[in-house]
Amino acid sequence: MRVALFLTCVNDTLYPDTGRAVVRLLTRLGVDIDFPTGQSCCGQAHYNTGYRHGAEPLARRLSEVFRDYEAIVTPSGSCGAMVREVYPRMGERARAEGRGDTLARTLAPVVAKTYELTEFLVDVLGVTDVGAWYSHTVTYHPTCHGLRGLGLGDRPRRLLEAVRGLELVELPGAEECCGFGGTFALKNPEVSAAMGADKLRNARSTGAEVLCAADNSCLMHLGGMMSRLRTGPRPVHIAEILASTEEEPAV
Amino acid sequence: MSSRDRVLGRVRRALADVTPDDRPYEEAVRRDYLREHGGPTARRTVELLAENLADYRAIVHRSGASELPSLIARLLAARDAGPVVVPSGLDEGWLAAADVTRIPDRAESTPADLDRAGSVVTACAVAIAETGTIVLDGSPDQGRRRISLVPDHHICVVRVPDQVVSSVPQALERLDPARPLTWISGPSATSDIELDRVEGVHGPRTLEVILLG
Amino acid sequence: MTGTYLGMPAFPQAARDAVRDPVLRGNLRHATHTIRAKRARAVGELSDWAELREAGRRIKDHTLRHLDRYLVQLEESVTAAGGTVHWAADAGEANRIVARLVKETGESEVVKVKSMATQEIGLNEALEAEGIRAYETDLAELIVQLGRDRPSHILVPAIHLNRGEIRDVFRSEMGAWGRPAPEDLTDAPAELAEAARLHLREKFLRAKVAVSGANFMVAETGTLVVVESEGNGRMCLTLPQTLISVVGIEKVVPTWRDLEVFLQTLPRSSTAERMNPYTSMWTGTTDEDGPRAFHLVLLDNGRTDTLADQVGRQALRCIRCSACLNVCPVYERAGGHAYGSVYPGPIGAILSPQLRGTGSEIDASLPYASSLCGACYEVCPVAIDIPEVLVHLRERVVEGGPAVRQGNKVVLRPARGHAAERAAMRAARWVFARPGALRAGQRLASRTRRLHPRALPGPGRAWSGTRDLPAVPPEPFRDWWQRTNGGKDGTE
Repeated sequence: MRVALFLTCVNDTLYPDTGRAVVRLLTRLGVDIDFPTGQSCCGQAHYNTGYRHGAEPLARRLSEVFRDYEAIVTPSGSCGAMVREVYPRMGERARAEGRGDTLARTLAPVVAKTYELTEFLVDVLGVTDVGAWYSHTVTYHPTCHGLRGLGLGDRPRRLLEAVRGLELVELPGAEECCGFGGTFALKNPEVSAAMGADKLRNARSTGAEVLCAADNSCLMHLGGMMSRLRTGPRPVHIAEILASTEEEPAV
Repeated sequence: MSSRDRVLGRVRRALADVTPDDRPYEEAVRRDYLREHGGPTARRTVELLAENLADYRAIVHRSGASELPSLIARLLAARDAGPVVVPSGLDEGWLAAADVTRIPDRAESTPADLDRAGSVVTACAVAIAETGTIVLDGSPDQGRRRISLVPDHHICVVRVPDQVVSSVPQALERLDPARPLTWISGPSATSDIELDRVEGVHGPRTLEVILLG
Repeated sequence: MTGTYLGMPAFPQAARDAVRDPVLRGNLRHATHTIRAKRARAVGELSDWAELREAGRRIKDHTLRHLDRYLVQLEESVTAAGGTVHWAADAGEANRIVARLVKETGESEVVKVKSMATQEIGLNEALEAEGIRAYETDLAELIVQLGRDRPSHILVPAIHLNRGEIRDVFRSEMGAWGRPAPEDLTDAPAELAEAARLHLREKFLRAKVAVSGANFMVAETGTLVVVESEGNGRMCLTLPQTLISVVGIEKVVPTWRDLEVFLQTLPRSSTAERMNPYTSMWTGTTDEDGPRAFHLVLLDNGRTDTLADQVGRQALRCIRCSACLNVCPVYERAGGHAYGSVYPGPIGAILSPQLRGTGSEIDASLPYASSLCGACYEVCPVAIDIPEVLVHLRERVVEGGPAVRQGNKVVLRPARGHAAERAAMRAARWVFARPGALRAGQRLASRTRRLHPRALPGPGRAWSGTRDLPAVPPEPFRDWWQRTNGGKDGTE
């Protein structure tokens, strides 16, 4: 199976460790993963801020870069939801604007074969025990787009529960938004920070060493707050936990 | 142009992109939900009604036909709340044992007249087990809508199991929309203070439901 | 909408004060968290919730698609049952109709059932200007009216106040409006409810005219439905001689049977009850029972403009349950007043900019008053995809384009104040379309990473006022990938 890593622009630029972890994890599970270097951005920030037309060329580009792979894997719930939920909608809107089916046809090939990482592991590879070892107390924050957009359900939890050495503790108010929301964090900074502060309070109350999520953008927001306040827990992407083994433990 | 024509014209222009659906309504809107939840026996439905009524702080009594007059008399005496409003078509026997002043339900009574009453006794049109609801439809044994509203104490007699349905869909099938309908689920209540329920505002603060059967 | 909301600051400024008010934050948190858990339990009792939600969506969509037909049918049914139907294209016209109808009765006061439509059109203020006093009779509306406050929630307009604050309003203000609050009134909710009961009793008993809204209107039968809890609705709907109901045109449903869906989904979504204490249904007038005259005022006021928008029209499915407010993390922190409208919360953020247009500062900012977390869509009993509409309205703000205002087609210009953002978006698109440029930028960032501050000055404070910037890594992923041949040549 030809599998492509759609890493996302944020991870590529700021969180290469997450990308390396996905490669390590999938390689260990026997997947031949490729990183098409023509990839850049799915257009989510443009679209969600109201620049749908500006997002279209980025969506077309993504589709052209990834269309020939059998599966596209992304370690980001929100970018995954962008492709799966929003791309069809963008096609429909173009049609409603009298621009025909071209955009819908261009984007269609990538929609159904884009998987968020934990979906790919559980649904496509059929594994929950990925052979990981991670000796820390972890609490898991299900990000909104993963939880409500993609419907990841208990997949991340099942994967984490199978990690040896890992103690998973319940995050109170887990399903509440962390307050990132893309440009929301900039346009409504007070409300965003208030939401983040409540999320951090809940995370700290668990006593966990690590706050895990399947999306680095939310962790960037929460991690930025924790760094400012010089407080824990440490934000870690789920891929880095699942990639960790006794022989090669994550730092 | 009249405002009617203006509004309807706007609606039609707004829907210019929409293809009309000419199928019969019941075909156009599919309904995959349940007609009732569980489909229990008649006996169990009455039990559920009693549970749900009580859950929303209605006081539930059970009675056979022969004990009903003495039960109603006892409930009214225990309140000792003054005159009792009586709908014109209420079964005369129900109040036979009660030693109370009666106020007939008359069109010419003012709201202030009714405000002097302490209690009201009515029958009902239908009761819904799943929601703990009784429905009055203004029939002669239930009277005008206001008589079950102004007095602070309402005794409602439900004939079980005949008048009890399981669900909201079944209740609507039995009701006549041309009649004025009042659905009652427990005594009046409010959630307006901190979104928490408190019983007792403008409607009767005590609702007693007698399951007669 | 009402004068009260003119000149509202944009949402972020309005929300800032709420975020910094610990009492308000506590009140909102307590109330919304209480109801969230209860709603989940009430909904969980019905195994066919998803099917009920889907049927509700279909009924509403079908009705909206044939709205002209059902409005005409409703008018015929109501008229045949003894009612009189009036049509109002906007708030001013609706207010004039109601004022005229009240004056024709010779009365100078009305009692009111809680109604979003009459709040939306500013009816109380319009009647006041005509010398008619309107008494709100819903407990929370009474609190707001007595306190000269503004509503902050669809279902519980005084949600921003706690019991102690409500007691203070009752003690200081009730006397000026009628029967004063008892001297020894405490903050026990039961005592507060009792004080309202006594205060309003005299008004109910003498009222000759009532004004209401309605939750549903059945086209087939002409039946109107009001769903309530306290009994103030029943008082208003049955004791006075004249009843005037002001109802948005989107509240019509085709058939009697349709109520079987909404009477299951509405109470569980709004007050988290299996059924609300009282539901009144009336069809025109009934001889010797209730009002002798019944007037129905059908209100447009921006609804047909909303209907013209292919994405935005789903907002008209709303049955005003307020589940989306109760579950919204932004509403919980910002409070209802920040939304500058009688419709706060997620539904308000898509309704107000459509009913009123995006011309004002507050309306242009509302589509951004959301992190797009999707909790609102998840709980909505008629499946309004609020995040989808929010994003659509953001597009209307930044790109402008065709829209309908007061029934006329217009082309909106892009809103001001987004120039820097627009330029940034354009620049980002340029970079993302050229991986070479993207890589150059990433490498530059990596090489200079030790010089990067963890906080930014100026507009950057929107981020770094509370959060450090992420540290830039020594090399972007794509460089590692190429350097190590995807890790095959060793991972470091």
